[in-house]
Amino acid sequence: MRELDNMTVKSDKKAGCDPRDDSFDLKKTTLRVFRTNTAQGKDSHFDSLVVPVQRWTTVLDSLLYAKSYLDSSIGIRYSCRMASCGSCGMKINGIPRLACYTKISELEDPVVVCEPLPNFPVIRDLVTDFTQFFNHHKSINPYIQNLNYDKTEKIDEVSSSHSHRQSREEVDKYLQFSYCIKCGLCYSACPTVATDTKFPGPQALAQLYRYYADSRDAGKNRLNIVDDRHGLWRCHFAGSCSKVCPKGVDPALGIQLLRSYMLGISKDKRNV
Amino acid sequence: MNGISKLALKESQIMKIHYITGILALFVVAVHILMRLVVPYSSSLEYAHVIANYHNIFYAILLESILVLISIHGFNGVRVILLELRQSKIWENSVTITTIIAMIVLVSYGTRTIILANGLGL
Repeated sequence: MRELDNMTVKSDKKAGCDPRDDSFDLKKTTLRVFRTNTAQGKDSHFDSLVVPVQRWTTVLDSLLYAKSYLDSSIGIRYSCRMASCGSCGMKINGIPRLACYTKISELEDPVVVCEPLPNFPVIRDLVTDFTQFFNHHKSINPYIQNLNYDKTEKIDEVSSSHSHRQSREEVDKYLQFSYCIKCGLCYSACPTVATDTKFPGPQALAQLYRYYADSRDAGKNRLNIVDDRHGLWRCHFAGSCSKVCPKGVDPALGIQLLRSYMLGISKDKRNV
Repeated sequence: MNGISKLALKESQIMKIHYITGILALFVVAVHILMRLVVPYSSSLEYAHVIANYHNIFYAILLESILVLISIHGFNGVRVILLELRQSKIWENSVTITTIIAMIVLVSYGTRTIILANGLGL
């Protein structure tokens, strides 16, 4: 037990980590926070707030510090603080990122500019309206469609007679796309969404591929949903959606794979 | 109006045509440019040489295919760009109809020129 205590103390005394250490590295940085209130019709502006930062301080930490001690009126949406819920998406130093997943030390900039996500209507300050985004998501029927599951059978019978085992290869087809947390970063980075509000966006299209490539899914009309003037074909393959995704999903790849299915280059080998 | 909408192609079918015409246009334009290099470039553009090209039926067919392929590919490209500017049914239908009409006019006028220069019309 004493050894464990010594180890803890030893690891705490690494340079710049122990708050009791004289060399403890407490810096300050300037947050430039976008402020607006559409309901009150006030002009938008930036507020500069100086906050203390440590090596592990995230942008969300510093915003919450500012909200607690400097200006309680800052509007910000957040929840899990661990890049799982996708609530704290915002444009940080010009790039859409999750505030809880972005360390200030990694930005290597004395000033951190926080703005609401582009391509979303702003409600207040850093809080944006996700209604249209989720409508696009809902429009692609983001669930497994299989008539076998729709039969009014007892749960036990369903599980015994209609189990769908998947091979490793079948899972690999869609696995990365199932990591999407619907944070909207890809949607905000998409240049097509910026001009075409009817375009479903990379998130919805990648999720369409996720369900289309799932061997348990029997939804035959999925591709028809996005086969219109503002659908799948309006992607210009800028690739910015894949670049900003905090979960490593590659929506641009999903869109290209969907196109290959539609053009008949890839064959539908789903075993339903 | 129902009859027109029944004739309307799906966007995936339009884009298939777009990609195929693009690839074919690359090939025929490459042949067209290579034909300039058979003789010195400046002399290939002389009046007599150009008319001789038109009188060659195979070359006339090549020029016609360039005209048709580039027109289909190009006007669909313009349609796609314009569709992104505004989102309303009236705008979308207007853009689609206008680009189709413009394409037909251009192809007709170009075909007329090729036929006249070839001598078939005389």
